Amino acid sequence: MRPTTRPSSARAPASLREPRIQPMKPSAVSKRKLKESSAESAESISQVQKILRERFCHHCAAGKLFGMEQQYRHLLELLKRTTVHGESNSALIIGPRGSGKTTLLNHVLKDLREMKQVRENLLEVHLNGKAPVQSDVQKGKKLCKAGKGGKFLVGEKDNCQLFMRNPFLSGLLQTNDKVALKEITRQLQLENVVGDKVFGSFAENLAFLLEALRKGDRTSSCPILFVLDEFDLFVHHKNQTLLYNLFDISQSAQTPVTVIGLTCRQDILELLEKRVKSRFSHRQIYLMNSFDFKQYIKIFKKQLSLPDEFPDESFAQKWNNNVQHLSEDKTVQDVLQKLFHHTKDLRSLHLLLMLAGSAVTVHHPLLTAADLQEASRQHSTDCKANIVHGLSVLEICLIIAMKHLNEVYDGEPFNFQMVYNEFQKFIQRKAHSMYNFEKPVVMKAFEHLLQLELVQPLERPSVRAQREYLLMKLLLDSSQIMEALQVYPNCPTDVKQWAASSLSWL
Amino acid sequence: MPNLEHPAYPAADLLRLESLVPCRESQVSMLLSIFGERQQFSFPCIFIYGHTSSGKTYVMQTLLTTLQLPHVFVNCVECFTSRLLLEEILIQLQSCSSGTEQTSPVRCDTLNDFVRLFKQAVASQELQDQTLYIVLDRAEQLREMEANILPAFLRLQELTDRNVTVVLLSEIVWELFRPNMGCFEPFTMYFPDYSIGHLQKILSQNHPPEYSADFYAAYINILLGVFYMVCRDLKELRHLAALNFAKYCEPVVRGEANERDTRKLWKNIEPHLKKAMQTVYLREISSSQWERLQHVGGEAGQLKGLSAHTHVELPYYSKFLLIAAYLASYNPVRTDKRFFLKHHGKIRKTNFMKKHEKTSNHLLGPKPFPLDRLLAILYSIVDNRVAPTANIFSQVSVYLLFNLFLVSGIHQVLNVICKLINAKITSLVTLQLLSVVGQNDQLDGPRYKCTVSLDFIRAIARTVNFDIIKYLYDFL
Repeated sequence: MRPTTRPSSARAPASLREPRIQPMKPSAVSKRKLKESSAESAESISQVQKILRERFCHHCAAGKLFGMEQQYRHLLELLKRTTVHGESNSALIIGPRGSGKTTLLNHVLKDLREMKQVRENLLEVHLNGKAPVQSDVQKGKKLCKAGKGGKFLVGEKDNCQLFMRNPFLSGLLQTNDKVALKEITRQLQLENVVGDKVFGSFAENLAFLLEALRKGDRTSSCPILFVLDEFDLFVHHKNQTLLYNLFDISQSAQTPVTVIGLTCRQDILELLEKRVKSRFSHRQIYLMNSFDFKQYIKIFKKQLSLPDEFPDESFAQKWNNNVQHLSEDKTVQDVLQKLFHHTKDLRSLHLLLMLAGSAVTVHHPLLTAADLQEASRQHSTDCKANIVHGLSVLEICLIIAMKHLNEVYDGEPFNFQMVYNEFQKFIQRKAHSMYNFEKPVVMKAFEHLLQLELVQPLERPSVRAQREYLLMKLLLDSSQIMEALQVYPNCPTDVKQWAASSLSWL
Repeated sequence: MPNLEHPAYPAADLLRLESLVPCRESQVSMLLSIFGERQQFSFPCIFIYGHTSSGKTYVMQTLLTTLQLPHVFVNCVECFTSRLLLEEILIQLQSCSSGTEQTSPVRCDTLNDFVRLFKQAVASQELQDQTLYIVLDRAEQLREMEANILPAFLRLQELTDRNVTVVLLSEIVWELFRPNMGCFEPFTMYFPDYSIGHLQKILSQNHPPEYSADFYAAYINILLGVFYMVCRDLKELRHLAALNFAKYCEPVVRGEANERDTRKLWKNIEPHLKKAMQTVYLREISSSQWERLQHVGGEAGQLKGLSAHTHVELPYYSKFLLIAAYLASYNPVRTDKRFFLKHHGKIRKTNFMKKHEKTSNHLLGPKPFPLDRLLAILYSIVDNRVAPTANIFSQVSVYLLFNLFLVSGIHQVLNVICKLINAKITSLVTLQLLSVVGQNDQLDGPRYKCTVSLDFIRAIARTVNFDIIKYLYDFL
C-alpha cells in the first residue's frame, strides 16, 4: 500500500491540472473514511474502474437502449419471424457512425436468446464480432460429426432441435468474395472445414455453399442469420456476387436466410446493382440520434451510474448520489452542452466520460466537475495549433510569409522561391532580431514543414522537378496562424508585427 | 518527490520510470491513468502525435518495458506492406506469449486471417487477462497501405473481442488520417514540444565525466543560443553538441583559459558553431570529416561541401547546349529577337524593359520550350564565338540530311534530325540537367525544361567565357 495521506491533487503534477474545485461534501467525507478502510475502498475503486471501462471502451450489450425502442421492436419482430416461422428476410440498418447499430443488433440477439421459444431453436455461432460461446461451438462441432458422417447439411432439423446460425462478416476483414466465402464456410462449420482451416477453391466453395443451402427448405432446416457489418464495402466487390447470392437465397424457397446489413451510408441503395437491388426487400431501419439535450443529460447520468448489483452498496449509493449532483451542476452542463452541439453521437460522450473516469483513484474516489472540464479540454484541443506551437522561429517566419502570399495573391499556390523572397524582404526591411540565414538552412526548415504536412504539394514531387519550384499550398488558415502566434512562447516582437501587417508594408 | 503513482504497479518501478523520462511526467501519468490496471479494458485506440523527437517512441517503449506490460512494437516504415506488418505483429506476439517455445513462421495474407490467428495467439494463459498493447510507430505509413488496414486497427478490440489497445505514434495530426468513410475515433493525445528549459535540462543530463556539470551546461547554453532559432529537434541538437564539444574544450586543454572563462570560451566557439550550421547541420560535410578537421586543427569550412561537387565535366558543345536551354527556359519568347538577333529591328526600350515581379521566371521556375527554339538560340550564341566549328557542326548535319533527303521521304529526314539532336540532348536529360515535359510523341516536337540552378549555369558559362547574366531578362 502506498502512503495514504497524500492530498488528492497529488495524483498528477500540479502543472497539468487546475486546482480542483470540490463542490461535493461526500468527497471530503470519504477521504476521512479512507484512512480507516483504505483496502476496502481500493477494492471498490478498482471495481468502479472495471465497470466503467467495460461500459465505455468495450461496448458490451448491457444497460438500456436510448431512443430506439421502435427500431428495436421492428428488428426483434423480424428476427423472431425468421427463427420461429422460418421466414427469409433482408434488412438494412442505416445510421451515422456511433449511432448504435451494432449495439441494437447485439441487444436484439441477446434478448432473442433469452426468449424461451426461441432459445430452443437457437445455436449461437458467434463469429468474428463477438466471442464464441465455447460450449455452443463444441455442441455444434459434435453435431457436425455425429450428424451425417460424411456430409453435413446446413442446420439439419431432424437431428436435434432447430438452431439458428449466425455468420458475422465485416467489410473491413472480408475484402473480397473469396475471403468472405471461406469465412462463411468456416463459420458454418461445413464439411470441408478441418479445425479452422477451409479447403477448396473459390468455385468449389461457392458451389458447395449454394448446394448446401438449396437442399434445405423452409420447414426442416435451421435458419441462418447473416450479419454484414460495413455493408457498403461489400458493395464494391466484383459483380456483387456475394450479395446477389445471399439475396437470391433469401428470395427463394431454400434454407431460410436473413441478411442484415449495417452501414453508415445513406445512399447505399444507389450503389447496389439492379438485379441485386430487385432482390433486396427494401426494409430499412434508420437510426438517427434523435434525442434532445434533456435526454442527453439523462443518458449521461445513466451511463455514469453504478448498477444495483455493485458489491459495496454504500459506495455505490454515494457514487450515484454524486453523479446525480454532477448532472445538475452548471459547469458540467456547460461541458455537456458544448459536446452536444458538436456531435450527438454517444461514442464521443463515452470518450469524455472514460477520460474523466480514469482520473478516479483511491485518493480521489469521486468524480468532480473539474475532472470533466479537464477531460473536455483534452478532448477539444486544436491539433494544428499544437503543432504550430512546437515550430522553430524560422519555421514560423516561413508560415507567416506563406500567409502573406496567400493574402496578396488570393490563395494561388506558391513555391519555395516565392516564400524565400518574401522572407528576404522581411529580413532586409524589418527584422532586427534575426540574422540572415543561408538559403539551404531555410530550405531545410521548409522541408520540415512539408514533412509535418502543414504544407502540401499540388502534385506528387518527381525526381526531375527542382525542389524550389514545386507548387505548394498551405493547410492552415490565417486565423489559425494568428491564434497560434498569440500563444507562441518567446515570439520576437518584429515577427509578430510582421504577421499582423500583410498588405500594408508591401 | 515522486509524481507518478498508480495502485496497480509497484512504486519502485514507477520511480525508476520517472527517472528515465525527464520532462514527460504529465504525459506518463496521463498514460498510466488511461491504461489502468492490467486486466481492465482501455481505449481501443490511442493516437499520439507530436513533433520530431518529442519522445513519443522513447516514452512509450520505456513505459511498456519498465512496467512489463505485454506489448508488440512495430515500425510501419520497416513493414511497408500490410502482409509484412501483420506477420511481424503475429511473430512478436508468439514470442511474448511463450518465451521458450520455438517461433514457427506464420503466414498471414489478409486481415481476416490476421484476426483469426491473433485470437489463437492471445489465447495463452498470460495474455488472456491482460491488456495487450500494439504500438505502431510512424503510423502515417498506414495511410499508404490498403484502405481497410487503418480502420481495422482502430476497431481491433471490437473485431477480435480481446483486451487489446492499439497505440499509433505519428508526427502528423489526426485530421489528415481520417478516411473519407469515417472510422472509430481514437483518443488523441499530444506530446508537447520541449521548451528551451527542457532541452537545456535533457541535453546537459549526461555530461562528460572529465568536466564539471556547470561547464557542460554553459556549453549547451551557447549551443542553444545559436541553434534554437532554427532547430528544436532534440536529436539534431544532441548530435551537434557531441560534435562540437571537443572544439569548446580546446582552450581549456591548451591552458589558454580555465573552466570559468565563459566569455573567452564563447568567443572561441561561436563562429565555429555558426560555421557548423552551414556545413554539418546541412550535411554538406559529414560528421566524421568535421571531427577530423577539428582534430587536425584546420580552418572550418575549408573543405568543399557536397554541393560544391555537383558540377560535372561536360563536352564543349554540351555546355553551350545547356546554356542555350537555360536561356530558353528563363527568358520570355518575345525577347529572343532582342537578345539573339544581330540586326533586330528597333525595339522601344521602355516597352522592352517593362516587367513585373510576378512574371519573373526566376521566381516561378523554368518554362518548357520546343526544340527548334533551343537550336536557334544555340546557333546564335555559338556562332558569335567559335564560328568555324559551329559551321562544321551544322554543315555536317546539313550534308547528311541532304543525302538522306534524296534517299527517303521528308518524314524519314525529320526522324533523323530528331535522332541527331536527341543523342546530345538525351545525355543531358539522363544527367537530369534537362527534363522532358509531357511524355508525348518524340517526333512531334518534344518540349524540354532546364532544371539547373543559376549558380550552376554561371559556373558553366564562366568556363566557356560566356557572360550569361547579360542575356537573362530577369537581370536586365
